[in-house]
Amino acid sequence: MTERLEIKNLYKIFSDAPGPALEMLAKGSGKSEVFEKLGVVVGLNNVSLTVPQGAVYMIMGLSGSGKSTFARCVNRLNEPSAGQVLLDGRDIVPIGEAELREVRRTRISMVFQHFALLPNKRVIDNVEFGLKLRGVPAAERRRRAEEVLTVVGLARWGYHFPHELSGGMRQRVGLARALATDADILIMDEAFSALDPLIRTEMQDELLRLQRTLHKTILFITHDFQEALKLGTRIAIMSEGELVRDGTPQSIVLEPGSDYVAAFTREIDRSRLFDARLAMRPAEPVLKSAQGTLVGEAGGFGFMLDGNGKVLGVVDAGGLGRARAGGEIGALSADYVSVSPGAKLIEVARNYRDGRPIAVIDDDGRFIGTLGADDILARIASTAPQAVTGERHVQG
Amino acid sequence: MFKADDLAVFPVDLWIQQGVSWLALNLRPFFLAIKWPIESLLGLNDWIFHAVHFPIFVVAFFLIAWRLSTLGIAVFSAVSLIVIAMLGVWNEAMTTLSLISTAIVFCAVVGIPIGIWCARSDRVWNVVRPILDIMQTTPSFVYLVPVVMLFGVGTVPGEVAVVTAAAPPLIRFTNLGIRMVEREIVEAGLAFGADRRQLLFEIQLPLAIPTILGGLNQTVLTAMVLSVVVAMIGAEGLGLVVLQGLGRLDVGRAAVGGIAIVLLAMVLDRVTQQMATPRKSGRPAERGSLMRTVVRVFRGGRPDETVQVVTRAKEAL
Repeated sequence: MTERLEIKNLYKIFSDAPGPALEMLAKGSGKSEVFEKLGVVVGLNNVSLTVPQGAVYMIMGLSGSGKSTFARCVNRLNEPSAGQVLLDGRDIVPIGEAELREVRRTRISMVFQHFALLPNKRVIDNVEFGLKLRGVPAAERRRRAEEVLTVVGLARWGYHFPHELSGGMRQRVGLARALATDADILIMDEAFSALDPLIRTEMQDELLRLQRTLHKTILFITHDFQEALKLGTRIAIMSEGELVRDGTPQSIVLEPGSDYVAAFTREIDRSRLFDARLAMRPAEPVLKSAQGTLVGEAGGFGFMLDGNGKVLGVVDAGGLGRARAGGEIGALSADYVSVSPGAKLIEVARNYRDGRPIAVIDDDGRFIGTLGADDILARIASTAPQAVTGERHVQG
Repeated sequence: MFKADDLAVFPVDLWIQQGVSWLALNLRPFFLAIKWPIESLLGLNDWIFHAVHFPIFVVAFFLIAWRLSTLGIAVFSAVSLIVIAMLGVWNEAMTTLSLISTAIVFCAVVGIPIGIWCARSDRVWNVVRPILDIMQTTPSFVYLVPVVMLFGVGTVPGEVAVVTAAAPPLIRFTNLGIRMVEREIVEAGLAFGADRRQLLFEIQLPLAIPTILGGLNQTVLTAMVLSVVVAMIGAEGLGLVVLQGLGRLDVGRAAVGGIAIVLLAMVLDRVTQQMATPRKSGRPAERGSLMRTVVRVFRGGRPDETVQVVTRAKEAL
């Protein structure tokens, strides 16, 4: 994955003269100290983030944490006080107004919490809005708008007014407006926060569905940790204008790193978050025979694998013990459940039957590990740290 | 005893007298330049209002009022006009109406752009606001003093007073309307790359229309009041009827003028107020843009938009 958006050492001071505040921050002062001394509010304090192409990057934090400020700095609705916003390697902080307009018209679009639709214009005109600003001919933008409306499932509603639509439908219009410009980066500022819980879930699923085909790079602002876990490929957690934790959803729940983050993860349903890969035990080889390799562990089942790592069959604990002792393995049984490494523990648990082993099989059909009921339970209950790659801790 | 009159009296009146004489002499072209367009349009409007025959005027007014507001108000307007005619002050009422309509045109042409300018720049607004405060707290009677000094007496100087007095509400409401547009919607405009002109015409102005129409209502009422008061500096119209009645202690005559004024004011207030309040069943788009509002006045039927919507919706289904 390539980096689409890179934010480097971004600061935002709400003041006409940010100089002194920036100096204080550089010397290690915090947001509250700066406010006490200078009376200016620090919006962002040295935030750096790398958003790969196709990521759904969740910016999560409580109100006042600077998450919306951050999102607005990316398309410069808020002017950053210092730092860089690199779009495909090009810094867009110093560029002039005309160039910035071009970036906003073609590269970065935005979805708003309260939809921000024009109440005096029909749905289709709202969807066309970005294209109209860009100067796209009327016929062409109408065609494009109808296309996008179909994508979000509102083909029948183009000639109605926003006030005739429900909240969820209005946000679909907001989404369609953002998609119509073909911008590859989408900033979604609390996009689903104003919706009813049921509609919100529906919209989340819709976004996931759209993202599978569209592969946009999405910066999603939210205060809802559940939403962050559900939608995000990565999550950045902000507090007091600083980035306190940045990682994959699973890694953050496994290892919050600070009490602030831990508070969010406490109530999380781990069975729906953790997957089989995280809970499984890689089985050790017990012996090689003419049939293949037997893997397994004491007290558990053994799996007989062929040369390519495919499962030939299962032996029970007794058979495994006899095999260790050098005895006869006995007949292989085909009575096992296979799950993919990405399967959530809740799904694995649904497939669990007493006395039936579970094999974790990857996409190529290779056996990579096994799971027992105890593993599932331990993982759902535990918050014990475990080494997970691809994460980053920021001093909080 | 020390009395107020014992104080040395500054000859302020003399200073002002001299200052105004100097202004009137040296800036004469400037005042003529202000007076000329007002005089021309007032002359045209006055001619039109008097040239149209009474029944045609009532019917036309009824239709326009119906289009702009509701049937009830249109009926009320027509009846009021007929009553005014029956009071025998039709011509005077038409003169007053031409004073008001001319004032509306100038207030809109001058006031709305100033209001937009104020909305876009806090600095401008900080300068304009105290001026508006002074203009709006000054009693209309006092208004007449500088007008007489600079423009003389008669109907046209009266109209100058009407225009200057009626403009402030429109400036205020335009400024307010634009500033009140939801921040998120303005942000949406910016986020999709609108430049200043697009932001104004695509977002701010259309969404400020209801507020601006509210300001128009205030402007019309202020113009109504002033058009009566300026009778004192020799302007014609219904105000003159009242003034003459009072001068001759002819209570009946003064009352006739008064009744006609009240009726005309009510008609104008109802019609313009209805324009400013969104109709429950009305589609927002009808009141959405400047163009459509103007089009609604001239087009007999409903905007074809609705028809189009229905057919397109059917196609889409």
